[in-house]
Amino acid sequence: MNTGMKTAMTRESLVDRHLGFVQALREAGLPVSLAEGLDAAGALTVIDLADRNTLREAYAATLVKRPSYRPGFDVLFDLWFPPVVSDGPGADPDADTDPDTGDWRDHAVDLEHAEIPELRDRLADLLMDDPDDPAFREFARAMVERFGRVQAAAGRQSWFSFAVMRALSPETLTARLLGRMLTERGGLPEKIARQQISRNIARFQEEVATDVRRRIAEESGIEKIARSTVKPPIDRIDFLRVTKAELAQLRREVYPLARRLATRLTIRNRLGRRGRLDFRRTVRASLSTGGVPLSTRLRPKRPHKPELVVLCDASDSVSTFSHFTLLLTFALREQFTKVRAFAFVDTVDEITKMFAPGTDVIDAISRMAQEADITRFGRTNYGNVFERFAERYADAVGPKTSLLILGDARSNYQAPALDTLKRLAGRARHAYWLNPEPRAQWDTGDSVATGYGSVVPMHECRNVAQLAEFIETLK
Amino acid sequence: MWFASPDEVRERLAAVDYLADDGITTSVFLAGALGKPLLTEGPAGVGKTQLAKAVAAATGARLIRLQCYEGLDEARALYEWNYKKQLLRIQADDDAWDDIFSEEFLLERPLLKAIRSDEPTVLLIDETDKADVEVEGLLLEILSDYQITIPELGTIVAARTPYVVLTSNATRELSEALKRRCLYLHLDYPTPERERDIVLAQVPGLPASIAEQLARTVAALRVLELKKSPSIAETIDWARTLLALGRTELDETVIGQTLGVVLKHNSDQARAAKELGLPARS
Repeated sequence: MNTGMKTAMTRESLVDRHLGFVQALREAGLPVSLAEGLDAAGALTVIDLADRNTLREAYAATLVKRPSYRPGFDVLFDLWFPPVVSDGPGADPDADTDPDTGDWRDHAVDLEHAEIPELRDRLADLLMDDPDDPAFREFARAMVERFGRVQAAAGRQSWFSFAVMRALSPETLTARLLGRMLTERGGLPEKIARQQISRNIARFQEEVATDVRRRIAEESGIEKIARSTVKPPIDRIDFLRVTKAELAQLRREVYPLARRLATRLTIRNRLGRRGRLDFRRTVRASLSTGGVPLSTRLRPKRPHKPELVVLCDASDSVSTFSHFTLLLTFALREQFTKVRAFAFVDTVDEITKMFAPGTDVIDAISRMAQEADITRFGRTNYGNVFERFAERYADAVGPKTSLLILGDARSNYQAPALDTLKRLAGRARHAYWLNPEPRAQWDTGDSVATGYGSVVPMHECRNVAQLAEFIETLK
Repeated sequence: MWFASPDEVRERLAAVDYLADDGITTSVFLAGALGKPLLTEGPAGVGKTQLAKAVAAATGARLIRLQCYEGLDEARALYEWNYKKQLLRIQADDDAWDDIFSEEFLLERPLLKAIRSDEPTVLLIDETDKADVEVEGLLLEILSDYQITIPELGTIVAARTPYVVLTSNATRELSEALKRRCLYLHLDYPTPERERDIVLAQVPGLPASIAEQLARTVAALRVLELKKSPSIAETIDWARTLLALGRTELDETVIGQTLGVVLKHNSDQARAAKELGLPARS
């Protein structure tokens, strides 16, 4: 058993730690049922507790039943079952005892006193190798020990990853590493090498961040840090606060999500009203019961496919939201006979053809920003948009159409043109408004949420989970 | 007992050419040790079904497979009464009304077969997400208590607890009740290092340098935002293709020519060609 866990286990009983961990998972939003907690406890009795990876995976297998919960789980696991405790360097016995990795310590760098260039050489070596090597993690720990301590306020100090990154600046090693990995630059080999390097650098940052969190937890308690570091799962992240990396991750979710929604929509369709009697199949089925029609067969219901018209706010304040929603709508194309999309800021233009089947979604988004005629003065004006839309594209909305408006209903204090919207909504079969702002912020400032909401039912749609919920109700 | 420890799982799976990481070995071990079903979820072609087959092969158990699809029902999954035989019996003998619901007229389907099997059995319930929601209800009794209730016969309890593996592509969310009863294993695309080893294990005769390049290239492709990322199965196909073509190096031209083996959407190919700077296909 390694030092960290041993100390943890002797300080309090295993049961208490288990219960605390399960409780922390629940607080972070993972739905851990009583039965699952018992399963995990059962798993602890059959595994070798000294093996931290096995322990982690045993908890994951019994408690984490959705991939989107896994990152949060890993953060909490590292806090509750730390790999080492800070009692000086060399606390991790793995590095000393392991013959494969222990040897470098003898002739290589003294991590406590070496100069920065020497440390950067060592880091470069590690970044070339497999990041699963224990030496990689130990190096990260040693670097936090040396550089991570920062004076936060008078008399108080805390741990930060940025200090470590500033001291070592791993990104600036990229050129050197490329030179070592490749004989000539350019082309595909360079792209692949770059990717490997940036993956390993990200891994290094992750290790440093994990160790920083561990040290903070040791000094000021696990609960405090747990609450502030566990990010919500990707489908609960607020559209309006999404970071660039998260947006890329979200975009990758689009197709799986669309597929999942499409399946669910078809299932719902099938479960609904059954169709008319299928006489031929009923008679055919009766043959197995000697000609007595014991069970009737029905024709499948013809699927109802609505036409969809999407009106989407493309102004900067809600762009992440509208982009994602547009992508999803187009990914769901097979569910609708016809999808037409319009984007607007203060005037409106059709963007359907930019999202034609087979086009690249990312290209489509950048083309939309450049080519579509949606901006006159650059400030959102819902009133003008609805007027223009009614004038130019009134034929798009008919009795089979579902009209979907995406936007925050913030119209910069311009006239809202409620009557025009009412006419449009009245012509459509259904009309919905999705608002990415939290409900509590509606009607504050220049928001006309209630005004528009009285004409078109308005739904709060802040994250992927809410969006998926909404799409299921579409008919 | 199926396995003695996660390390033993690793060794025995490796012996049948399935390279497992820590997550896989621990879950596979726990599923055997705790007697709980193992639900594996993940994108297509990462070795979910293969895992069940490997467990069966490694332990010498019999593999019973239930392939799920839309419209799968009790009669195909659990058991069915042999109507024709029952009808004939009634016609032949007027007093036979009482004995037409007996063992003799029961047609075994995969689930019942797995429950009644005397020898060690691995039950693979494949693509659970493709089946209708009702089938999940059907599975609950089997998965939690390893028993099946047939109204006419009574409850049949498993002679030996089968090793159950469920797979799902996550095209829909499985019900909480089902997930709660299972251990969960999310299989994802492997790290380049592991994928290289998998390719080497699956395609004997491939030079290690090509396998390395191949794994890194596929990893580069997976980072792109594609409609369908290449699966492990497709990487292996790619390796076989290169071997068949007798290529000893993987350069841009070769990748450009054979990209269709791993990317099957036109827009994905165009995107990969653009992002990785491949020569346009002729």
